[in-house]
Amino acid sequence: MTEFRTPEEELGRFRRRVLVAGIVALVCFGLLAARFYYLQVVRHEYFHTRAEDNRIGLVPIVPTRGAILDRNGVTLARNFAAYTLEITPSQVADLDETIDALSEIVTIDARDRRRFRKLLEESRNFESVPIRTRLDDAEVARFVARRYRFPGVEVQARLFRDYPHGEVASHVIGYIGRINLRDQERIEERGDTANYRGSDHIGKSGLELSYEAELHGVTGVEQVEVNAGGRAVRVISRTPAATGSDLELTLDIELQKVAEAAFGDRRGALVAIDPRTGGVLALASKPTFDPNLFVDGISTADWNELNDSPDHPLLNRAIFSAYPPGSTFKPFMALAALTTGKRSANQAIADPGYFSFAGHRFMDDKVGGHGTVDLHKSIVVSCNTYYYQLANDLGIEGIAGFMAPLGFGARTGIDIPGEAEGVLPSPAWKRGRFKKPEQQRWYGGETISVGIGQGYNAYTPVQLANALATIVNGGKVFRPHVVRHVIDTASGERRAIQPEPIRQLAIKPAHLAAVRDAMVDVNKSGTGARAFAGAPYSAGGKTGTAQVYSLKGSKYVAGRVRERLRDHSWFIAYAPAENPTIALAVLVENGGFGAQSAAPIARQVIDYHLLGARLDAPAREDAGAAEAEDDSHAGHDEATP
Amino acid sequence: MTEQRFSPLRLLVAAIRPIDPLLFGLLAVLLGYAFGLMHSASPERIASLLVNSGVAVAAMWLAARLSPQRLLSLALPLYAGGVLLLVAVDLFGETSKGATRWLDIGVTRIQPSEIMKIAMPLMLAWYFQQREGHIRLREFVVAGALLAVPVALILVQPDLGTSLLVAAAGFYVIYFAGLSWKLIVPVALVGIVGIGAIVGFGDQLCQPGVDWQMLREYQKHRVCTLLDPTQDPLGRGFHIIQSTIAIGSGGVLGKGWTEGTQTHLAFLPERHTDFIFSVLAEEFGLLGALVLLATYLLLLLRGFFIAAHAPSLATRLLAGSITMIFFTYAFVNMGMVSGILPVVGVPLPFISYGGTALVTLCLGVGILMSIQRSRVLAKS
Repeated sequence: MTEFRTPEEELGRFRRRVLVAGIVALVCFGLLAARFYYLQVVRHEYFHTRAEDNRIGLVPIVPTRGAILDRNGVTLARNFAAYTLEITPSQVADLDETIDALSEIVTIDARDRRRFRKLLEESRNFESVPIRTRLDDAEVARFVARRYRFPGVEVQARLFRDYPHGEVASHVIGYIGRINLRDQERIEERGDTANYRGSDHIGKSGLELSYEAELHGVTGVEQVEVNAGGRAVRVISRTPAATGSDLELTLDIELQKVAEAAFGDRRGALVAIDPRTGGVLALASKPTFDPNLFVDGISTADWNELNDSPDHPLLNRAIFSAYPPGSTFKPFMALAALTTGKRSANQAIADPGYFSFAGHRFMDDKVGGHGTVDLHKSIVVSCNTYYYQLANDLGIEGIAGFMAPLGFGARTGIDIPGEAEGVLPSPAWKRGRFKKPEQQRWYGGETISVGIGQGYNAYTPVQLANALATIVNGGKVFRPHVVRHVIDTASGERRAIQPEPIRQLAIKPAHLAAVRDAMVDVNKSGTGARAFAGAPYSAGGKTGTAQVYSLKGSKYVAGRVRERLRDHSWFIAYAPAENPTIALAVLVENGGFGAQSAAPIARQVIDYHLLGARLDAPAREDAGAAEAEDDSHAGHDEATP
Repeated sequence: MTEQRFSPLRLLVAAIRPIDPLLFGLLAVLLGYAFGLMHSASPERIASLLVNSGVAVAAMWLAARLSPQRLLSLALPLYAGGVLLLVAVDLFGETSKGATRWLDIGVTRIQPSEIMKIAMPLMLAWYFQQREGHIRLREFVVAGALLAVPVALILVQPDLGTSLLVAAAGFYVIYFAGLSWKLIVPVALVGIVGIGAIVGFGDQLCQPGVDWQMLREYQKHRVCTLLDPTQDPLGRGFHIIQSTIAIGSGGVLGKGWTEGTQTHLAFLPERHTDFIFSVLAEEFGLLGALVLLATYLLLLLRGFFIAAHAPSLATRLLAGSITMIFFTYAFVNMGMVSGILPVVGVPLPFISYGGTALVTLCLGVGILMSIQRSRVLAKS
């Protein structure tokens, strides 16, 4: 293919080829120069930003959650630091293998594994997820020595929530838990996402939930230089986190303990309010639960035990469960009578032991009746006939119209989440409640039952306690509150939760006094006399018994079920009578007559509140009432030498 | 040479004489870059780089001292030995990262494919020299076969990068020897059309499951990563993405020596070897990159000048081929780190860390010096 050429021709051809090669090289270098120009000049801004994004990472600084203190500064919820072993799933090749290897160094039981799996589902891949919490020092040391074997696994010091009083007041304080997807959505809706960056926990119930915004604090941020592995190399700037505010409660934890202990094993609720401010002194719901179980993520076994228990320990009966108020409704009915002018204080009726309405006899508790009964006596002896008649005279609209401003059948607005409305019956309510026309009609006979606190009436203990507080403080309706001050931990500034009343009811002081006098006599000579025998103070009260509906037509079965068909026992009380500092409502589920089980609990709580006398034994029931009297005597003697 | 009395000055002059000042000046600039960048990217390797460059400059000096004839007389034994070693590697070589490239000879591990980078052009230049005046199609076929054997042996290791470089080195000799454009142009066109097709149909070709017959899976991966680095942002694409970020963020003047954040925060992979150019472009900017390009260009110009004025066919072919090897290294490396060529393991000549490559390249410079000196001697 190549013919012979002279050396000169050969050299010439070679030099042409060199020229071609040189041109190719020049063109290629030109291409590179153009590429560099494009990257370094045309797109410099873009790549500069990319490099900065590479370089700078924002690390949230999670604030310390505020503490919860009772009215005397006793800690009810606090934080403590503990080591956790955490895995970042995205950095681990084989999770199961890693966990197996870890379990040779630290204890990881089946429960830890299950919880880890659950948290894993809820978390995002780049987040670290705890596999073990609260490692002891030996475990930390063992892991640290072998950490090179575990990329993506770290020991971190984390703050844990601790509730030193355990089950006491857990329905008020609530608990925190790990942020789940639903919480995440709520946080996003509130526009609070930035503030929760890095936060693991959030209030789930009680004050931990309702005061979440105050307790959580403000997340800080650290600008760090990160390397390709995402590890922080150097801190560029730092905005510290602001610790969450502390909550100082109106609640007295010692009083709370007295109240809870007084219930013993019985189910029920108690709400004690300072009638002067609306501050909640004690709020008990029995049975209760240990909020500490929830902090690390509750185990399935614990959860099932709490959730499946027929006693429903997670249910806050004090604010959620509505019961017919029974005879505790009577003082309010009496006030309605006086205020509307349907009765005067000295107007009396003859009680034959029943009230006839539309051919039906509404029976009194006392066979043959209480004889001549005026307003005072009607409360002291809890005369049904008086109130059957009164209800008929007031009419259902009259009753509902008077009771609504007192807060019956409406949420009180207490600062604990999960409050129920209850039912203040009225024709309008009934029309909304039922579908069928014949059910929607209001019958006159139903008004008669409402008059003695039965029928459709259903109120929560907090509604009853707050209504009582209103009639003992001269008609001021407060929004009950458990938190007294929100304390800024940085500045020490104390923001008071306003004790301003929501409204003032126009009720004549003389009318209030008439009702209150009668309530004082309930405890002196009436249905509450036995429970309050020997009290060195005078207290007003009223017993109540709420019928358990299911009784009708139900069979009596042995044991528990039988107990559960008994009536609910109510007692409302306030003290001291002259200048009340406590107003309370007690409900004992299936406790029988009000005087039987609820009144002794009220007595213990008031004793402790006024005298500092605390009884460790649960309040005894009627059978041992005489003994209970002796016990309480002994208590007074010790407390007031 | 006549017998002379011992004189240190004479000795020094004698020692310096074989060294071409222009080539050595350019080499010094490039080694200056190498030390400066190593200080920034991986200061703990400075001492080792010092040793490597000492050995490399010594090799250059040795090659420069030898006459081109002596060098060419080494061609056949070097080539034959290299091929034998490559066969040995394929039979008993050490395997590392899925590739068998090294031969353990007790003292050290050697990579015979590196030897072929110099032995290949030497061998072909020597062969064409033997057939001078009779270079016909037959000679090109033989040359092609001489080239194909080591390239195939290296390709099965597998080492695509080195086999391409050896193939290129051999091809340049054949090209300068006068291979007809009628053969070169159609092959080049097929290549361009092929690359165009890969780019055009990249999306389909890079689907998982599409088998590329000739190439191994990782090679397919490299090509596909080039076409779309974002496809695999944390794997192979990561290198290219981070490298272009480094280059682009450098701007015109750069972030300053040792101030490159991409480099110092470990976003750049292999920052002291194949990706050292990104460090340069990040810290010294467009200016630093253009100065480097200019230095290479001067090196090429000097090489082409030496080739064009070389005294014999073999030295012409050898000088032209070596010069084009420098160009190939520089272009492929910078093209790959700036994202216009696929990622193949080609070092930035004279700057990337790596003893063997530095010694090989400096040997090339030494050979150029030797050829340049022989021209001067031949004239005088």
